[in-house]
Amino acid sequence: MADVVLNNIVKTYNKGEVKAVNDVSFTVNKGELFGLIGADGAGKTSIFRILTTLLLPDDGTASVNGFDVVKDYKAIRKNVGYMPGKFSLYQDLSVEENLNFFATVFNTTVAENYDLVKDIYVQLEPFKDRRAGKLSGGMKQKLALCCALIHRPTVLFLDEPTTGVDVVSRKEFWEMLKGLKQQGITILVSTPYMDEASICERIALIQNGSIMTIDTPDNIIKQFPDKLFAVKADNMSKLQNTLRNNSQIKSCFSFGDFHHITFQNDVEHQQNELVKILQEANFQDIEIKHITPSIEDCFINLMN
Amino acid sequence: MTNEVVIKTDKLTKRFGDFIATNEVTFEVYAGEIFGFLGANGAGKTTAMKMLCGLSTPSSGNATIAGFDIYKQTEEIKKNIGYMSQKFSLYEDLTVIENIQFFGGIYGLSDKQLKAKSIELIETLGLQSEAKKLVASLPLGWKQKLAFSVAVIHEPKIDLLDEPTGGVDPVTRRQYWDFIYKAADKGITIFVTTHYMDEAEYCNRISMMVDGVIEALDTPANLKQQFSATSMDEVFYELARGAKRKSD
Repeated sequence: MADVVLNNIVKTYNKGEVKAVNDVSFTVNKGELFGLIGADGAGKTSIFRILTTLLLPDDGTASVNGFDVVKDYKAIRKNVGYMPGKFSLYQDLSVEENLNFFATVFNTTVAENYDLVKDIYVQLEPFKDRRAGKLSGGMKQKLALCCALIHRPTVLFLDEPTTGVDVVSRKEFWEMLKGLKQQGITILVSTPYMDEASICERIALIQNGSIMTIDTPDNIIKQFPDKLFAVKADNMSKLQNTLRNNSQIKSCFSFGDFHHITFQNDVEHQQNELVKILQEANFQDIEIKHITPSIEDCFINLMN
Repeated sequence: MTNEVVIKTDKLTKRFGDFIATNEVTFEVYAGEIFGFLGANGAGKTTAMKMLCGLSTPSSGNATIAGFDIYKQTEEIKKNIGYMSQKFSLYEDLTVIENIQFFGGIYGLSDKQLKAKSIELIETLGLQSEAKKLVASLPLGWKQKLAFSVAVIHEPKIDLLDEPTGGVDPVTRRQYWDFIYKAADKGITIFVTTHYMDEAEYCNRISMMVDGVIEALDTPANLKQQFSATSMDEVFYELARGAKRKSD
C-alpha cells in the first residue's frame, strides 16, 4: 500500500513564470525509504511543502496516508513528521525544552515515544540544557530529527538533511535512517548528493521540476545505455580536452582521479584504439578500464 | 604552478575564550596552485579563511596573503583577493548587469573599466539576452558562473572559494571546475573548500584539518598512498572520524 501518492502535481511561482514542479507523479510505499535526488532549484522543497500541506499545488492531486493534501490537511499534519532544510527549531529553548514542546504540540509526551528517538537522543543528552541555537551543526540536525519523530509519525519527510554536512556525519545520519526504517516508518528524503542515492530502496531523479526516472538504484544503473569506461593519464586537464575533441567519444566527464567516457559506436577494441591515439599524443601512464556506472553517471546521462 | 609563495601562514591561531578554533596552523600555497582546504564541519576551516581574508584578527601567529600582512594590511588584502561563499554570492533582486556593476564598483573599478568589463563578462558567459533580467530568474548554474566571474572582476591573483559547488547539479559542478582550471592556467591561485571528495582529486595539493590542526597536507596521490586508500573519500574518513569535536 502506498503511503504517499502524487498525481500530476504542478506548482508555479511568479504568476506562472517559474515552473517549480512540472507534472510530477510518484508513490512511496508503506515502510519504504524513498529518495528524491536533485540539485538546488530542482523542485524538491516545493514537493515536500505540498505533501506536508504547507503549500497548495496549482494542479494535480496528492495524498499522504490516504488523506488529501488540500481537503484533509488537518489529519495529515497530525500524522506526519517534517524536517525542513532550514533549521527551524526554537533557538532560545534548550534541547530538552524543544523536544518537550514538540511532544506537547502533538498531544503526547516524550516518555510515551522515547523508544523511537532513544538511539539518537542519547547522543544529545549530555547537552540537554544547552540552547538549540548554541548547538553544533551535527547536533542541531539530530535534535531536529528527534523533534520530527517524537509524535511517532507514520511518514517522515526529510528535506536535504545532509546538505553542507561532512562525509563522516553524513554516513552517521544515513545509519540513523536505516534504524528508523526498521521501525516501520515510511521515509521520503531529498538530497543533492548522488552517492547517498544507493542507500535508498527507490529513488526519483529530478531536474528542473521534472522527474527524469524512478526506480531502484540498481535498475537505474542497469538502464545506463552505453558501455562506460574510466580513463586516466599523467595530464588530466589536457586529457579531458583531447577526449572531448575526439569524434569517437560521445561523452566525457571528470570523476575524481578518472574521466568517465562513452564511445559513439559500440565496437570491439575501441579502448585499445583510444590508448594508441593517446600514446601518439604523448600521454604517459595511460589507464583505461570498463566500469559500472554510478547514479551520478546516470543522472548526467539523463540530463543530456 | 610556480614556486612563488602567495599564501604563507606560521602558527596561525584563533581562540574564542578557551576554545581554540584554529591551532598553530602552518602551510604555504604557491602561485597558480589549486589548493584544496578540507576538513569536517567545525574543524576550523571558516575561521582560518576569515583570517586570511582580513576579516578576523588572529590570536597569535603570522600570515601573509598576496604579500600582505593579515594584521596590518587588511584593506590591501581585500583589494587583491577574490572571495566567494556559497551562502552569499549575488543580489537576486538586481539584474545581471547591475550585479556586475555593483561588485565592480565595490572593488574600485573605474567607470570606464566597469563598462568594458561588463561587456566582456556578459559575452564570455553568453548572457546577452539575460543581461537586463533579475538574477533571481536565472538558473542556478548560471548564477554560480556569474558569481564566480564577479568574484574575480578585479582580476585578483588569489581566489578563495568556500564550498562553491554545494547543491549544484552534477553537470554544472563540472563546468564550474572548468572555470577553476581556466583561472589556474592563467596563473590565478585557487584556495577552495568542498564536501565533494571527487573534487578533492582536482586539486594540486590538499590540506586536511581536524580539530583545528592540519593533520595532513600533500598531493591527492601521495595522501592516498600514505593512508593506503583507493579514494579521497577513504582518506577523509580515516582522518575525520578521529575528530573529537563536532561543531559547525
